[in-house]
Amino acid sequence: MEPLDKSMTIEEIVTQVQSGMTLGIGGWGGRRKPMAFIRALLNSEVTDLTLVSYGGPEVGMLATSGKLKKLIFGFVSMDTIPLEGHYRQARQEGRIDLMELDEGMLQLGLKAAAARLPFLPTRVGLASDVMTVNPEIKTIKSPYDDGEELVAMPALPLDMAVCHVNAADSRGNSRISGPDPFFDEWFCRASTKAYLTTEQFVATDSFNDPKIALQMPVERSLVHGVALATCGAHPTSCGPEYGMDLAHMRAYNATAKTGWQDYLADYIQGKTLSAYIEQVGGESAIKKLPLPVF
Amino acid sequence: MSDYTLAELCICAAAEAFRGEGENLATSIGLVPRLAAGLAKLTFEPDLMITDGEAYLVAEPVPLGPRGDYQIKIEGLMTYERVFDIVYRGLRQAMVTPVQLDRFGQTNISIVGDYAKPKTALLGVRGYPGNTINNANSMFVPSHDQRTFVSGEVDMVGGIGYNAARWPGGEKPTWLDLRLVVSNLAVMDFQGRDNAIRVISLHPGVTFEEVQDNTGFELEALSSLGETPAPSTEQLTLLNERLDPHQLRAGLFKDNPPGRRLAS
Repeated sequence: MEPLDKSMTIEEIVTQVQSGMTLGIGGWGGRRKPMAFIRALLNSEVTDLTLVSYGGPEVGMLATSGKLKKLIFGFVSMDTIPLEGHYRQARQEGRIDLMELDEGMLQLGLKAAAARLPFLPTRVGLASDVMTVNPEIKTIKSPYDDGEELVAMPALPLDMAVCHVNAADSRGNSRISGPDPFFDEWFCRASTKAYLTTEQFVATDSFNDPKIALQMPVERSLVHGVALATCGAHPTSCGPEYGMDLAHMRAYNATAKTGWQDYLADYIQGKTLSAYIEQVGGESAIKKLPLPVF
Repeated sequence: MSDYTLAELCICAAAEAFRGEGENLATSIGLVPRLAAGLAKLTFEPDLMITDGEAYLVAEPVPLGPRGDYQIKIEGLMTYERVFDIVYRGLRQAMVTPVQLDRFGQTNISIVGDYAKPKTALLGVRGYPGNTINNANSMFVPSHDQRTFVSGEVDMVGGIGYNAARWPGGEKPTWLDLRLVVSNLAVMDFQGRDNAIRVISLHPGVTFEEVQDNTGFELEALSSLGETPAPSTEQLTLLNERLDPHQLRAGLFKDNPPGRRLAS
């Protein structure tokens, strides 16, 4: 019997997204974001999304396009460019519902969902305004002798998660070869259906190496589809293959003030990934973007 | 004694926050905290754990800015997920730069203004709630004024502080531990009455009145209030040669003022 073939196109992943869904996006700030998927999503009719993310430019893009109903987040930033202009504007105008969490609480919410639990206990959030702005988050008293009052961080189940990886096979095995896998694993585990975009498709054989296996936090049974997206994290970084396109991210950020219709027309509307790559200077130019230093 | 800048004075004062940390992880966000942790490691806290700012523990501080031929010296892994784990275990001190800080030591980098429609949206609470309830925290504030040191409470309490009204059951969270605040005017700790913020040294040429006038709440002061110690020649050499060879610290304050104020 043939093994499962989960390969699909980015557009096919987008067809899985329905309005009103809760969508988790992997990566962190300006790093390893599935931006090719985000651009394809911006070309769809989908709306009313709840986004769960360690937020980067995808938050600003979805917010400014009116696709975002709610944001569940700890921050929105593009790392080297700390403030994300489009997010700020939407936030200042009160255009999106929020569940603002400590970064660690967000992970605990994903972990609770991943373990099919209603919540996980933590001290994080106590005495802070995270508890006042999110009255739905309750505390719980330890049933043991200590009797400590703890936050019951509610599960954050996702309808879908999309993460960008360095390599994958058609069965859904995947490798993150950058220095930090971030929380992609937990996004995948917390979701009903997880999808990957990948820099390259490889043969399963290429994972036959104990050192590589340590860079594979997501097992294939979690993965429902894999799409090829070479340079698909651009303008965010995808170490060790390419760094952030700071000039592009600055130009994108500036459109928060000047209006982003031109950006939308130049880089997003009706653009396939290959057309986008050409528009931003081509694959070889992207692969030369220096890795960020922090 | 050699000349030194205000930035260098702040870096050396901030390094003191890490004294006694042993093998704890120093997480330092921003130029002064980063150089302060590096300086502490290269002088009095050689066992301090520090990172490259990305995902690796490094055996020696990574110089700031373009690295040229410099290769980081990895001694271990410190991904974000591990940082969360180390926070929960408490074996860490974070030094950050809040946008607002109040008399309780509560801190904010989320928004300025009304929560629903803020005047200014910033980052979000990030890891402040978890940092402050789990491990030691210090702060560097480059602009000591009443916009930063606010009266009342900060607009969104991310980092928690010594505010009993917010504590569960009115009891101080066991591991809440605010250490040092270094600003462009003075060095403060939280050892005043009921952990009030207390000035422990004034930068050369600064008066307590000036610090108080630029603070939105009443400050306490050490009874024998002295000057913030000048950087040593060794510290300045380490900054120049190892930690900040491109002199990025010169851009921290407008016109890179001297550490000892010129008489005006």
